[in-house]
Amino acid sequence: MHLSVNGVSKSFGEGRHAKLVLDDISFSIKSGEFVALVGSSGSGKSTVMRLIAGLERPSAGVIALDGKTVRGPGSDRGMVFQKYSLYPWMTAAQNVAFGMSLQGLTKALVRERTGYFLEVVGLQDSARRLPKELSGGMQQRVAIARALAADPKVVLLDEPFGALDLQIRESMQEFLYQLWQRSGLTALLITHDLEEALLLAQRVHIMAPRPGRIVRTVEADLDRSNLAHLRVSPPFLELREELVNTLRTLDGAAS
Amino acid sequence: MRSPWLLGPLGIIVVLLLWSLISLSGAVDPLFLPSPPAVWQAAATQFQEGILVGDALASIQRVFFGFALSAGLALPLGIAMGSNPLVCRLLEPLLGLIRYMPAPAFIPLLIIYFGLGELPKVLLIFIGTFFFNTLMIMDAVKFVPPELIETALTLGGRGLPILTRVVAPFIAPQVIDAYRINMASAWNLVIVAELVAANEGLGKRISLAQRFLRTDEIFVGLIVIGLIGLLIDLGFRAVLRRSCRWAN
Repeated sequence: MHLSVNGVSKSFGEGRHAKLVLDDISFSIKSGEFVALVGSSGSGKSTVMRLIAGLERPSAGVIALDGKTVRGPGSDRGMVFQKYSLYPWMTAAQNVAFGMSLQGLTKALVRERTGYFLEVVGLQDSARRLPKELSGGMQQRVAIARALAADPKVVLLDEPFGALDLQIRESMQEFLYQLWQRSGLTALLITHDLEEALLLAQRVHIMAPRPGRIVRTVEADLDRSNLAHLRVSPPFLELREELVNTLRTLDGAAS
Repeated sequence: MRSPWLLGPLGIIVVLLLWSLISLSGAVDPLFLPSPPAVWQAAATQFQEGILVGDALASIQRVFFGFALSAGLALPLGIAMGSNPLVCRLLEPLLGLIRYMPAPAFIPLLIIYFGLGELPKVLLIFIGTFFFNTLMIMDAVKFVPPELIETALTLGGRGLPILTRVVAPFIAPQVIDAYRINMASAWNLVIVAELVAANEGLGKRISLAQRFLRTDEIFVGLIVIGLIGLLIDLGFRAVLRRSCRWAN
């Protein structure tokens, strides 16, 4: 699997009112990688994700998955939104099964895979509960299970924990990291939280706003055997501090 | 308040008591305000003669056909308008305009076109509810969260399955509620239609009673109309509660 974003620009509006939101974005992701895009609001990071998902078209440049140009949404690029996008009338299990049944898998297979992916996210006991009966963290785990169950080549996570409380967010980060290690999924994480990005991703692209562009790319080669330790380890804090300063300078220069 | 559900019946009982007291006191001529027992008696007589049930069935039948036609056509049109901006631009001003034409004002035209039979009454109910139903369904579709549709797209969903499996279930509670609200207009309009021209029906019975100064029968008609309307409303609420547990 190879996802490439090549010279992608995006403007909204037309003519004189056109506003450039993304300027010449290029990066790529290979199978099994965990990549993060970090930036403040207005840096266009969510737009990058929507372009990759095929929900919007780039104004210039090409996005290709395994050499095939992306021209619209498809199940090969799964997505997890920040706001809970579970279907409120479906149980957790029905939500997880939804993509597979849209794709026309047999009922037996859908049932089997639903059970499997609920177990992967540790929610097998909540299979028959409605989203409103689940906590915010549990809802996002269902959304992740639903995205994985549709068997995408890459999972796009758009601020998946942005609406959660701090403690839950930390445990969800642990959860996502372990999930990535176990299942070998390929993930692109969008976040404004630099710590989250450094903690989880092997490669972090830092974006600056107006127009949105990648200003720096960091290979976060860290020892992730224990995330709780990593959060407070000197190399991690040093790297974070340095990048926070970069971001601050960028925001200061832009505003 | 330990049992607030008692407040509703309490309000009705208070009004009934006031009515009894006023008619017992003799302050108002019974010709204008018949006593509760007199109204009860008139209802019992009408019931025994089979008039009451016949009238009620005639009115209910008209509402049923008119509203079924309205609801059935409003659903696809409302969904089309809510999901397609072009269809919406084309039709919304037109529907918005017709909506403000009072349905009873169409009665003379309907009588000229279709005479005095069932068809003009059914069509009156259709005219009086179709535009409201359509616009309310359109609004419900417009407010489907985009994330729900986009998620379906990234899960491999396409046009029609997204309509039937995402949009339809999401708007179901609002559609049922729109039907419940507009059913009240349908029920009003059937009575208006029957006041103008009909052989039977609850509205017809009221206008006959007026001719013979039978205020007790007018009261019977009004109360029965109210009760049937209330039952229909409660029916819609029950359907909503049962079918859309997630929305409660």
